[in-house]
Amino acid sequence: MAQEFQRVEEKLYQNRYVVDSGKPHITVAEHKTPSANLLAMTRICPAGCYSENELGQVEIAADGCMECGTCRVLCEPSGDIVWNYPRGGYGVLFKFG
Amino acid sequence: MIDEKFDAIVIGAGHAGNAAAYTMASRGMKVLQLERGEYPGSKNVQGGILYADMLEKIIPDFREEAPLERHLIEQRFWFMTDRSHTGMHYRSDDFNEDRPNRYTIIRSQFDRWFARQAQAKGAVLLSETTAVELIQDAYGKAVGVRTDRTGGVLHADVVVLAEGVNGLLGARAGLRETPKPAHVALAVKEMHFLPPEVIEARFNLKGNEGAVIEAAGTISQGMAGMGFIYTNKESISVGIGCLVSDFAENKTSPSELLDAFKKHPSVAPLIEGSEVKEYAAHLIPEGGYKAVPQTFGDGWVICGDAAGLNNAVHREGSNLAMTSGRLAGEAIFQIKSRREKMNAENLSLYRKYLDDSFVMKDLRKHKDMPALLHTQAQNLFLTYPQLVSRAMENFVRVDGTPKIEKEKDTFRAVRKARGFGVIGDAVRLALAWR
Repeated sequence: MAQEFQRVEEKLYQNRYVVDSGKPHITVAEHKTPSANLLAMTRICPAGCYSENELGQVEIAADGCMECGTCRVLCEPSGDIVWNYPRGGYGVLFKFG
Repeated sequence: MIDEKFDAIVIGAGHAGNAAAYTMASRGMKVLQLERGEYPGSKNVQGGILYADMLEKIIPDFREEAPLERHLIEQRFWFMTDRSHTGMHYRSDDFNEDRPNRYTIIRSQFDRWFARQAQAKGAVLLSETTAVELIQDAYGKAVGVRTDRTGGVLHADVVVLAEGVNGLLGARAGLRETPKPAHVALAVKEMHFLPPEVIEARFNLKGNEGAVIEAAGTISQGMAGMGFIYTNKESISVGIGCLVSDFAENKTSPSELLDAFKKHPSVAPLIEGSEVKEYAAHLIPEGGYKAVPQTFGDGWVICGDAAGLNNAVHREGSNLAMTSGRLAGEAIFQIKSRREKMNAENLSLYRKYLDDSFVMKDLRKHKDMPALLHTQAQNLFLTYPQLVSRAMENFVRVDGTPKIEKEKDTFRAVRKARGFGVIGDAVRLALAWR
């Protein structure tokens, strides 16, 4: 059955964020080819923060991050990413939660 | 920079942190509570159901003031295939009692209220402050925390780590491990707004009555997971969660999984015409008893989701969090009133309280369930729902086929799908439940 899905960006548009410009709280370590888990993030990050560039490397734009920690659980122990919380008061601010 | 030393620093203002801060502050202790959000609740996500008993033990008259959505009078369990659901409903007017047992809540409002109660008892709250490091002395005793805002170190006799499932402090200090992908579920949720009377008509409710639907089956596409639909006053929380390890293996988009759940013919009419005002994601500890880390040490205790205190079988977490926070507060107060040290030996009292409470008793009871759900996901979430649906259709549809043929079809389907494995599955499930 063909399904039409709403774009994640449209969903995130409903959310409230205070972005700490120029200070991303998650960074991807330099790599030539991504690990299986890092590559999986391009599909399973609920905020769609991860994407694959034309060289097949995985990049992150963390502005829409909901700070769930899925990528931390999958990719931090292996050193694929560095994960911190945003500075106090920044990041996603749930209206309802 | 705050120079004074506190009796206790509580990291986080969720259920566990607020319960701990309230318990200690109301007993006259000097408590500092840190919250990284703009205000308590702004970083917190839950389905969410509040269990009255556990909050009553902290604030007996909470119903007078707490922001509650609806008290629950009906629970539905749905076993789903792509086009059907087989349901079990329990509804009782007994739940329309003076002191209802369960409520839906909205965390950003509830947590703000709960934290304010702790402040009213004297706890000092620092919002917009992210704790970045647990400070330990030369002997490894926790003596305070460093934050991103206050400059130096904040000192206390004991640090209560109520930092949530994804808390960094405990893991960075080596007190617990980063959760394993198979031990946490990722849940995504949307808030669908509708007029109260529409919600009441669609769910057969009146006034502040509420209903809950928990759903499992092909909606999780073979992954170990569940969907949920909770009625709030003016909104419906719709979400779905599956183990992170399964998401990683199947490379399924959580957002698309939720969209498919919303479009299911049993779900779509309930939320039709709603306005979505938020999309949230959160991890849920699902590792059960065997994944609970060390809960106390020299100068620290760990509570709530940070300690993995979540009953995945019964979908309970907020009550375990609240109770663990309260018990930590009570244990710390006991030790302080005896003028003893906040060392591991004395703080083991917290673990004793936990072991004696429903928190550990319930988790121990279901200690084998997480592994079973993980290894049997395909059968439990894909095969069985389809078998149940087929059996129900054979039972209900009247089309001139003799009943004996219909029953044969049902049994043939079971035999073909699982053979005698069905007996083994039943036994394993019963043993894990025991």
